[in-house]
Amino acid sequence: MEKAFLIKYAEIGIKGKNRYMFEDALMKQIRFALEKADGTFEVTKEQGRIYVIPQTEFDPDDAVEAMKKVFGIAGICPVVIVEDEGFEKLKEDVAAYMKERYSDQTATFKVNVRRAKKTYPVSSMDAASDLGERILETLPQLSVDVHHPDVMVNVEIRTKIYIYSEIIPGPGGMPVGTNGKAMLLLSGGIDSPVAGYMIAKRGVKIEAVYFHAPPYTSERAKQKVVDLARLVSRYSGPMRLHIVNFTDIQLYIYDQCPHEELTIIMRRYMMKIAEQIGQKSGCLGLITGESIGQVASQTIQSLAVTNEVCTMPVFRPVIGFDKQEIVDVAQKIDTYDTSIQPYEDCCTIFVAKHPVTKPNLNIIRRSEQKLQEKIDEMLKTAVDQAEVITVS
Amino acid sequence: MEVYLDNSATTRCSQKVCDLMVKILREDYGNPSSMHLKGVEAERYMKEAAARIAATMKVSQREIFFTSGGTESNNWALIGTALANQRRGKHLVISQVEHPAVSAPAAWLEEQGFEVTALPADHQGKISLEALKKAVRPDTILVSVMYVNNEIGAVEPVEEMGRWLKKEHPDIVFHVDAIQAYGKYRIYPEKAGIDLLSASGHKLHGPKGAGFLYISKKVKISPIIWGGGQQGGMRSGTDNVPGAAGLGLAAQEAYENLEEKREYLYQLKEKLTEGLKELDQVVLHGPEGRQGAPHIVSASFLGVRSEVLLHALEDKKIYVSAGSACSTHKKSKSPTLTAIEADARERESAVRFSFSTENTAEEIAYTLSALKELLPVLRRYTRS
Repeated sequence: MEKAFLIKYAEIGIKGKNRYMFEDALMKQIRFALEKADGTFEVTKEQGRIYVIPQTEFDPDDAVEAMKKVFGIAGICPVVIVEDEGFEKLKEDVAAYMKERYSDQTATFKVNVRRAKKTYPVSSMDAASDLGERILETLPQLSVDVHHPDVMVNVEIRTKIYIYSEIIPGPGGMPVGTNGKAMLLLSGGIDSPVAGYMIAKRGVKIEAVYFHAPPYTSERAKQKVVDLARLVSRYSGPMRLHIVNFTDIQLYIYDQCPHEELTIIMRRYMMKIAEQIGQKSGCLGLITGESIGQVASQTIQSLAVTNEVCTMPVFRPVIGFDKQEIVDVAQKIDTYDTSIQPYEDCCTIFVAKHPVTKPNLNIIRRSEQKLQEKIDEMLKTAVDQAEVITVS
Repeated sequence: MEVYLDNSATTRCSQKVCDLMVKILREDYGNPSSMHLKGVEAERYMKEAAARIAATMKVSQREIFFTSGGTESNNWALIGTALANQRRGKHLVISQVEHPAVSAPAAWLEEQGFEVTALPADHQGKISLEALKKAVRPDTILVSVMYVNNEIGAVEPVEEMGRWLKKEHPDIVFHVDAIQAYGKYRIYPEKAGIDLLSASGHKLHGPKGAGFLYISKKVKISPIIWGGGQQGGMRSGTDNVPGAAGLGLAAQEAYENLEEKREYLYQLKEKLTEGLKELDQVVLHGPEGRQGAPHIVSASFLGVRSEVLLHALEDKKIYVSAGSACSTHKKSKSPTLTAIEADARERESAVRFSFSTENTAEEIAYTLSALKELLPVLRRYTRS
């Protein structure tokens, strides 16, 4: 008797010809996730099913915990694999399987047999009723309910025979890498890691960009962002993080433009830089953690003015979330405690007392005229000299 | 040039101390509680360390107890004394400028039903004997005052207080937090009326994780850590032999040519303060020159937030500490700067420079020139 996991996936099953591509991406992500679990595992595909088969001693809780972070998995079924040694032997195996798990429960059950190996001598219907009978003999406190069973005992007859009855829910979504790549603007706050997580959940591979402003922001603020990227990468897979030195641009804006417009102009240049770096690395969109009305720079007017500089689509998955809803997700994915460490990011340094909340695009453009002389060169430098690290 | 001016946070371990500790970790690694030869050898290091420390204060080596550092020593002094003497009274006296390692256990004792009076400090961070005289009550069991203030270098009149207490209230236990003073001043507890004294190894070129509490044999104090009965049952836990030995040697080294070294530190301090005074919009905190500690200078650079200046200096490999941890997120308020009524502008721009004898006059000059260069630039970009 061998223990393994059967991986159920939902959405990718319906993707027609693309199915293989999706399955391969899912297997790749499962392998990556399991690197962090105790033991070594083989991830295989057999007749449209993905199995995770331990090759060594392993910690089942560890493995399940790791796989719960793999987008595309709908359910994780701990499965027992037995050799096909005749139907009598199978009855014994199923009885033993049930005895180990349900001896002290009074539940209803149903046996569901799938016969992928059509040469098997017993039909699915006959096998199900015979196995059910044996289970009732072994555990008389159980009863059969074919319509709404508490426990569905699945027996799949293939080259080997697979028995499982438990389904641990996975995170859903789609395997990362099946829906292109996007660039996340990662600030160090609560919202942007959540935004990254949500887009990654739809199968999008993620890169991130952080704007560093030494000496106004500290090494620790930068380390915090690296830590956040690493936390998100547990879901999204290895992530490239681009660290852009933004100090000179920020000071230049400060010198040339009205102070109440600083934040909005700064954000426009951040978007531009993110887009340029994104284009170089094959990203098709930008991701931000903006939510309507949360702060002055996230009023709908400000969002419109910020958005205007990009040609790439900007994904804002938490746009309609209240702060508490964002916090809830941050806590679920374990980024919250890191996000609330009190290091300043570059957005909070030069905040005016009364920043504009309803910026007018024409006025902002006019202010930006004052940056004409040096800004292009500065943007180029910022993009070219960005430090890149890979976190996982 | 790398300039480390954060010696009140921690110091570089002396080479001899390191060598001794490595020898103990690799060769003489026995547990003093073991009965065999390896244990006996290890015990010898503990005794030697206690003797070296005792010699610096002219006390008995049996009055030196090793701890995990300054915080534990302070906690033990306050909590251990309170527990052992609570039947006599439940009143404690500390000051408003104490380090959290004293004020936090005092606050905890308050929750347990003790009463705590905090002596005020003047604008230079100094506490007065007069204030102590007014605060002491018949049910006072403990007075705890720091020797040198860690934030601004004020030197408190602990000897005066100790002598007065011994004369007028011999039953009151007098604890001195000497974590910033031990190794800088000659402290003789018996003459000064000090019953308990805390010190830490890594502030005097010794190891981290090692400190001691001097406990006068006349004092009643309860342990706060129980276990295998090490150190006469007063402080259980396997003896930290390398730590204690390192601390012992570091203490001995600190007191060699002490006056000469202190004079050297004062020269560095003078050079820095003279230079700072030439700059615009600089406010110095704490007593000037020889009125204050030789190794601490605290200054506010108005209009430049501490954290920003700290990182700008860091960029030039100059390491200092922010006088008060102020940020938009308000991590914590500086107790001393608040007590001396520094205004908000001063508090949020305060930086502490702290020296050791490893610093040089060139380093101070380099730091001053870095400040001259950075301040005007940083002042251009302030939060509007």
